[in-house]
Amino acid sequence: MDRRTTLQWMLAASAVLGVPVSAGATPAARKGAKPTGYGTDPKLTQSYKSGELWPLTFNAAQNRSAQALCGLIIPADEQSPSAAQLQVHRFIDEWVSAPYPDQAQDRPVIVDGLAWLEAESGKRFGGKRFDQLDVAQQSQIADDICWTETAKPEFATAAKFFQRFRDLTAGGFYTTPEGMKDVGFVGNTPAVTFDGPPLKVLQIVGVA
Amino acid sequence: MGFVTTRDLARDYDVIVVGSGAGGGQTAYTLALEGVKVLMLEAGRYYDFRTETPMFQASHDAPLRGAGTPDKPFGFYDATVDGGWQVPGEPYTQASSNEEQRFDWWRARMLGGRTNHWGRISLRNGPYDFKPHSRDGLGFDWPIGYDDLAPYYDKVEMLVGIYGSNEGLENTPDSPDGCLLPAPAARVGERLIAQRAGKLGIPVVPIHRAVLTAKLDDKRIPALLHPGNARAQALVAQAMRDRAACFWATPCSRGCAIGATYQSPAVHLPPALASGNLDVLCDAMVYEVTTKDGKASGVRFVDRKTGKHIEVKGRAVVLSASACESVRILLNSKTSAWPQGLANSSGKVGKYVMDTVGSDLSGQVPLLENLPPHNEDGAGGSHMYAPWWLYGKQGAGWAEKGLGFPRGYHIELGTGRRMPGASTGAGLEWFTKGSYGAKFKQDVRRSFGSFVYLSGRGEMIPNDNSFCEIDPTTKDRFGIPVLRFNWQWADHETRQAAHMQKTFADIVEAMGGKVLDGGPELDGRKAIAPGGSIIHEVGGAIMGADARTSVTNRWGQTWDVPNLFLSDGAPFASNADKNPTLTIMALAWRQADHIVDRFRRKEL
Repeated sequence: MDRRTTLQWMLAASAVLGVPVSAGATPAARKGAKPTGYGTDPKLTQSYKSGELWPLTFNAAQNRSAQALCGLIIPADEQSPSAAQLQVHRFIDEWVSAPYPDQAQDRPVIVDGLAWLEAESGKRFGGKRFDQLDVAQQSQIADDICWTETAKPEFATAAKFFQRFRDLTAGGFYTTPEGMKDVGFVGNTPAVTFDGPPLKVLQIVGVA
Repeated sequence: MGFVTTRDLARDYDVIVVGSGAGGGQTAYTLALEGVKVLMLEAGRYYDFRTETPMFQASHDAPLRGAGTPDKPFGFYDATVDGGWQVPGEPYTQASSNEEQRFDWWRARMLGGRTNHWGRISLRNGPYDFKPHSRDGLGFDWPIGYDDLAPYYDKVEMLVGIYGSNEGLENTPDSPDGCLLPAPAARVGERLIAQRAGKLGIPVVPIHRAVLTAKLDDKRIPALLHPGNARAQALVAQAMRDRAACFWATPCSRGCAIGATYQSPAVHLPPALASGNLDVLCDAMVYEVTTKDGKASGVRFVDRKTGKHIEVKGRAVVLSASACESVRILLNSKTSAWPQGLANSSGKVGKYVMDTVGSDLSGQVPLLENLPPHNEDGAGGSHMYAPWWLYGKQGAGWAEKGLGFPRGYHIELGTGRRMPGASTGAGLEWFTKGSYGAKFKQDVRRSFGSFVYLSGRGEMIPNDNSFCEIDPTTKDRFGIPVLRFNWQWADHETRQAAHMQKTFADIVEAMGGKVLDGGPELDGRKAIAPGGSIIHEVGGAIMGADARTSVTNRWGQTWDVPNLFLSDGAPFASNADKNPTLTIMALAWRQADHIVDRFRRKEL
């Protein structure tokens, strides 16, 4: 195979492999059975969707809260849509529902945190749900819990929830095609040569 | 010949090779191309790198956006099949419950073994590395020197394709002209590290990795590899034409569908299979070498698909199952003639297991913030590294030279604008001061690509407290007795790990950066990665000049059983900081040449 043929072949292959092939697939974990994860030999060349491998956790209210909080943490701007628009809360649900130790540890943090968020919202704003608040009102709550280092003692647990939720929102957002573009990732594309960074980049850093 | 089932097995073979990774692959390649009839037995399943490799899949295609889990410790897209530090149904045990004395044993159950996911870093051992005891009085000398292995390093480099450069540095051998492929251009972060570490006296130069930065020269190389063997030359030339050059995308740890990196199924097996002299049987879990009249007569294995126990005969047996798995087979091949296990009259089988000293530090560098977007995927791994630079403070009288530890390490660099994963934008509170909303988006954009990772990889000296043995009670799901590990780092290693941390912090500081994760950790016992975590498991059946104190001779041939050979990491008498795979292949080629020679002289 020469180089040109290879690239053409790979481009064609990536176009084929990039298409989700799992639409309509049945969840691997059946109701009642303990989910076991994807095992040590999962198929790597197909796309997976949240909820496909193990049952999800969030109910409608939790989905609403999580989606609203995703939108507050990563709102839309001129460069990219919001995490809420990109359904990042579905990824967070997939994460906290996974049958693996790290994720199992996150599950109570997130689930309890969302409950706290709703209770706090109702308390501060006359019984309104978090997703019914405007950004200024949502921010009033978020400002109290957005930094574990400065949060008051009564908000310490909520601040830990916010920290973890923001991490997961970022992970979910920046792995979408829109998020990758937003952050300036332009790789994962074949090239005939690798020439290193552009001169301009080297000049900025002082290593030209 | 080719991929076979248990029904197709021949009555007997010239050589049975156990394992299909770097050692087994190279052995089968060399033997088959020289006309020797070989059966390769692989414990894991068949694996097709051309169709199974996730090329271009992005994080959002994967469960959990590709994050590592106990099922896939290095992330969803790591090439490893049915492997990890735990393999279901195939346990091992620890002699001690002390966490500092544990050894974590990585295995991969697939055709090609660990060569599918490895880091591709391919460094030659230098002259000092074969004679460490002569140099500082510690550990063991090898019964061979650099000059014995150099011609085979040349051959392996030309066959598999290694990029890099010759820098003329101490104990960091240059390759002869025509061996190496061009080194890829350095990334901006790598250049900054080179500039600032250079001011600290630490040389940062192109690393050597098994990636085709250009197509292999199928007109020139085959004749150099197989002089006088036209058929081998033709088969190898064809195999070289079937491999494409790197197209600068997709991390090598996923494997490579276009064959642009070394993995045994892409490089060693195709020409060997095409020769018609190689049978490969997968799902064959070897547990015993059989003997007759003091010689190996074959092996017994469990067919993982049916659970059936099968015996197959060979005129010679080569174990390349991974250092500790080969040890396990020897110790389980216990008979009245071999009460301590096969080839173990020295009592040294299982002794002197080594891993690499590992300690990592990450930093964030403001100079690398907010750079114009550009593609830094490159060759799917490091382009630069720092070879060990303080040989002058070691050797004879090292204890008086102020460094405090006798052996060296190299530094592997991680930089760049990598594909975002589940942890992108995470753990940034110190950087963002708790931002969210529009400010958080700006902060993440600013931070992307500004992180550096420095990984120390250093030499461990073999010691009496690091070994494996058969657990007296535990068996795996096939009923095969399992290994029990004993482990102890010495001060030689923990002090080295502390030195790594201090050095890396100095480098990050010299870049104007901030050390992350509360580092540096200057307590070496806390800084050192647990035994087994670097997955450079070697030793356990070391080679030596004396049958009373070693398991094999200079050819990897066991002293006790003349037609039984070890061709994985097990015969390593020391574990230099250089990553072991290239040396495993060079030793295997040399050994296979020796086996061919002995066959021709009718001595086997």
